[in-house]
Amino acid sequence: MFSTFMLHAWIVATMVAIVAGAVGFFVVARRAAFAAHALPLGAFPGAAAAALLGVNELLGLAVFCALGVVAISQLQRGERSEVASALWLALSLAVGTLLLSLSGAYAQSLYGLLFGAVLGISAAQLLGVAALSALALGLVALFARPLLLESLSGELAAAALGGPSRLELIFLGILALSTTMAVPVVGALLVFSLMVGPASAARAFTDQPWRSLGASIVLALGTVWAALALSYLTDWPVGFFVGALSAVCYVAGRIRGAGVVAQAA
Amino acid sequence: MLLALFDTGFWTNGPVRVALAVGGSAALVCAVVGMATVMRRQSFAGHALADVSSAGGSAAYLLGVNPLLGFLGMAAAAAGVMEWADIREARERDLLTGVVLGAGLGLAALLLYFDATVRSVSGAAVTVLFGSMFTIPATIVPLALAVAALALAASAVIYRPLIVSSLSVDLARTQGIRVRAVALTHALALALAVSLSAMTVGAILSTALLIGPAAAALRVAKRPATALALAALIGLAASWGGIVLAYESFYWTPGHGWPVSFFIVALIFGAYLLAGWAAGRARRPTAHPSGCEGH
Repeated sequence: MFSTFMLHAWIVATMVAIVAGAVGFFVVARRAAFAAHALPLGAFPGAAAAALLGVNELLGLAVFCALGVVAISQLQRGERSEVASALWLALSLAVGTLLLSLSGAYAQSLYGLLFGAVLGISAAQLLGVAALSALALGLVALFARPLLLESLSGELAAAALGGPSRLELIFLGILALSTTMAVPVVGALLVFSLMVGPASAARAFTDQPWRSLGASIVLALGTVWAALALSYLTDWPVGFFVGALSAVCYVAGRIRGAGVVAQAA
Repeated sequence: MLLALFDTGFWTNGPVRVALAVGGSAALVCAVVGMATVMRRQSFAGHALADVSSAGGSAAYLLGVNPLLGFLGMAAAAAGVMEWADIREARERDLLTGVVLGAGLGLAALLLYFDATVRSVSGAAVTVLFGSMFTIPATIVPLALAVAALALAASAVIYRPLIVSSLSVDLARTQGIRVRAVALTHALALALAVSLSAMTVGAILSTALLIGPAAAALRVAKRPATALALAALIGLAASWGGIVLAYESFYWTPGHGWPVSFFIVALIFGAYLLAGWAAGRARRPTAHPSGCEGH
């Protein structure tokens, strides 16, 4: 399980989990589960285009993530934001299938992009992921207080920081960054379950935001490590275990949350 | 120009006819159900149901049963879980939807893996997730039409109570509407619509057919009946137009057609943008006469 070809997988999974846990805390606080789901999938044609042109996958993902941030924040303006996210998502997925179909590399690469391929990560990819996760964590640390403030009281933060739209853009940017690094590893479909499950469970353990942030990271790490180990033992896809364990986290959090409320009453 | 329409092969082609029938019924049902979904702000829930139904589609390949039944079973189960949890607070509903979605997609990953390893069906992932209309077996047509009829009937029965309870739950209660039963029926209709749509454009693209035409129609039409008719029109035009264009694409890149789903989704997105542009143009000359028009 800890042989050399698995070593890269463990390192990358750990970095992905730390970033997903930290960003997930804000996703949950800001009710942005749909955006967290739509951005990684919206980046999917980037990977397909990269395959077609033969350039670095991370570059393609980053370009389309940036496009996704602009598109979602533009379409959102004065409209039903859910509709905007959903339509952007469907369009980019459709473009992705077209690109993959044209490049002729269909079924195999498609499965890897959507559900992740932890094994076979090169040292170069490792460096890319490390750089992106450092950047994402740095941005989280820089904007953690205003982002949290805004999710608690929109008006207060808008008054203090010159408009809510700028913060929303920063938040989407951080989301896009963490997505770009995570897609090749856990896949476009499951990045967000790593953000939503552990972070929502973490709320049940503490009322203090910063402790909750820490708990979210710890739970995300536990989820990813367990998923990787189980996947190694059973040979089943990592994505299945990430999705299932995230759901377990959420249910455990709900049960504990209900218990805490019952005790207090 | 569109050579396909003048090509006798297009109209006598079996797979094309099946695609036209399934795509048409999916578009009609989605227009009706999607209208309520957009108005109740359930786009994320509708999208989640569609994605989760992919696990059912993959299971159908594994068991060798009708894929429409697979999509339907999983979508109905997920709709049941989300309705059963019955969460009032919007924040919690958003999270629960996300978690159900993640777990369902994980399951789909596992089942698709089994499809590839146990059954050695390699194209299952593409067919289930992104659809391939020209490979739908003709035996599905009667079932698809029955599902469409059922979904339309269910939507017709709950049409008025659903609008009232979408506006205000308390108001609905005072009128003797059983809010819970209405919501459950709507969730079922949503599952039926989503599974038909998943059959047409694939599970993870089916949100486009569900909410795209309805959202576009709601941008321009003010009266519900007009919006409904417009949504049905946009949906039908997009799905049949997509089929024609995909058939046409065999002439562009010889021997290799482009995916039908791509054309359908692109046409729907185009209609949505066009509707926004038309609404913006219609609004400008009147210069806010009432001061309270829709945004």
